[in-house]
Amino acid sequence: MEVSDSFYALVETVCRDLYIKSLKEIPPDVVESIKRAAAKETKEVAKRIFSHYLRSIELGKKENMMVCQDTGIPIYWVKIGGKLRLDGSKLEQAIIRGTERATREHPLRSSIVSPLKRENRQTSTGDHIPIIHYEFIADSDVLDILFMPKGSGSENMSFMKMLVPADGINGIKKFVLENVVGAGAKPCPPMVVGVGIGGSSDLCMTLAKKATSRPVGSQNPDPQIAALEAELCDAINQTGLGPQGLGGDTTALGVHIESAWTHITCNPVAVNIQCWRAERRRAIITPDGKVEEGF
Amino acid sequence: MAEFRFKTPLTEADVRQLKIGDSVLLDGVIFGVRDGNLIRVFDKNVAPPCDWKGAALLHTAPNVRKIGPGKYEPICVGTTTSMRMDRFTEGLLRDYGVRAILGKGGLSQNSAALMKQYGAVYLSVTGGAAAMETLQIEEIEKVYWEDLMPECIWQIRFKGLGPMTVGIDAHGGNLQADVQQQAKDKAAEILKKMGITS
Ligand code: SF4
Repeated sequence: MEVSDSFYALVETVCRDLYIKSLKEIPPDVVESIKRAAAKETKEVAKRIFSHYLRSIELGKKENMMVCQDTGIPIYWVKIGGKLRLDGSKLEQAIIRGTERATREHPLRSSIVSPLKRENRQTSTGDHIPIIHYEFIADSDVLDILFMPKGSGSENMSFMKMLVPADGINGIKKFVLENVVGAGAKPCPPMVVGVGIGGSSDLCMTLAKKATSRPVGSQNPDPQIAALEAELCDAINQTGLGPQGLGGDTTALGVHIESAWTHITCNPVAVNIQCWRAERRRAIITPDGKVEEGF
Repeated sequence: MAEFRFKTPLTEADVRQLKIGDSVLLDGVIFGVRDGNLIRVFDKNVAPPCDWKGAALLHTAPNVRKIGPGKYEPICVGTTTSMRMDRFTEGLLRDYGVRAILGKGGLSQNSAALMKQYGAVYLSVTGGAAAMETLQIEEIEKVYWEDLMPECIWQIRFKGLGPMTVGIDAHGGNLQADVQQQAKDKAAEILKKMGITS
């Protein structure tokens, strides 16, 4: 179905709203897992930290406040229905304008700078920012946009290694566990640990990031990978890092793994961490302009 | 684990009482600092335009709204990862007399040794819980170095900032580093149990 020009204007306002709302309403699956972790926590300091998390979640929802100050790197995961006829470059411009409008109109802190001069346009945009990933979905006629304002405390805790086939699954387990513990308090634990396995180096890292966008506690459909997720999550929680790395029973809310096939000589693994607020927000737009919001 | 409440500026006696794990509330002026402004102070040798004797410095990341020349109100003010600013600890304590560094994620053992030497503490703010922190602000009194926006120096008056957890005390204790070391030991043990040694 061919979309009209008003469709792109709609995408623009939807993207603006996704940015702002994602900073204020923590996804329900994240809230539930924080509540569960708080309820079973045994350490006093950790209990206090959880109470601060829950209070901020509540302020976000009830008082319309930003839960965390970090407006992050704006990242969009866009799924385009195969039956949707649209102009890709107009779509991209609408997403960029929506990002800029959120920054100006709310206003939000622009966290984006050029890499060497550290120049800030105060728009949350710049070369290749926002980051937009595209995927095409057969038999669908909707545009599905998932937005993440990726906080830097956790983004700075990203790790990638080209393991070799002889390192096997054990090499993957060791890499994940050691890097999560090495990240320590910096990514604001308890965290969602995204793991990418396979692919090329760049795809592997993208898979790790994509894994963090899944609802907390969801499982990979492949039973072997799902078992690895559970085993790693359990191992991480035994380390006792706890909320803010001050010690406690829950360090990971979940471990999510996404995979791709790879080269015969490769065994890549990547870790990308999402902090406790694990913010994301989704909008599904139909060709006639109906918007359904979700997470 | 004792509970404390102080008004800034802090004295050496104030901070020497604290032990890791204690909880602290702060009232009064706290200075917001971070990468950009500390790089200017220490790497470009520009003296800070405010008095940091006895000061509490917060590793901060503000979202603000401009309401007049040099005047801002908070939208969302939170705390950023401290380790990036670890190398500035010595200068802050030795040259400017800072008594407390507030941030998230902890500082190094080297910073802990300096805090013992000079009489200062690291207070761990709950990262990500910026909504709560923002409501503890009474006023953004002044902003220095606006050209660095948002990495200016922010002079913020708080009422009851916290409760924060003493992460590093003035006696050499470093809670986040201890917890991380224990976690590393535990991880090695888990890997061994999984039969992964090399
Ligand atoms: S690590 Fe995440 S939760 Fe913590 S301050 Fe940064 S963005 Fe916020």
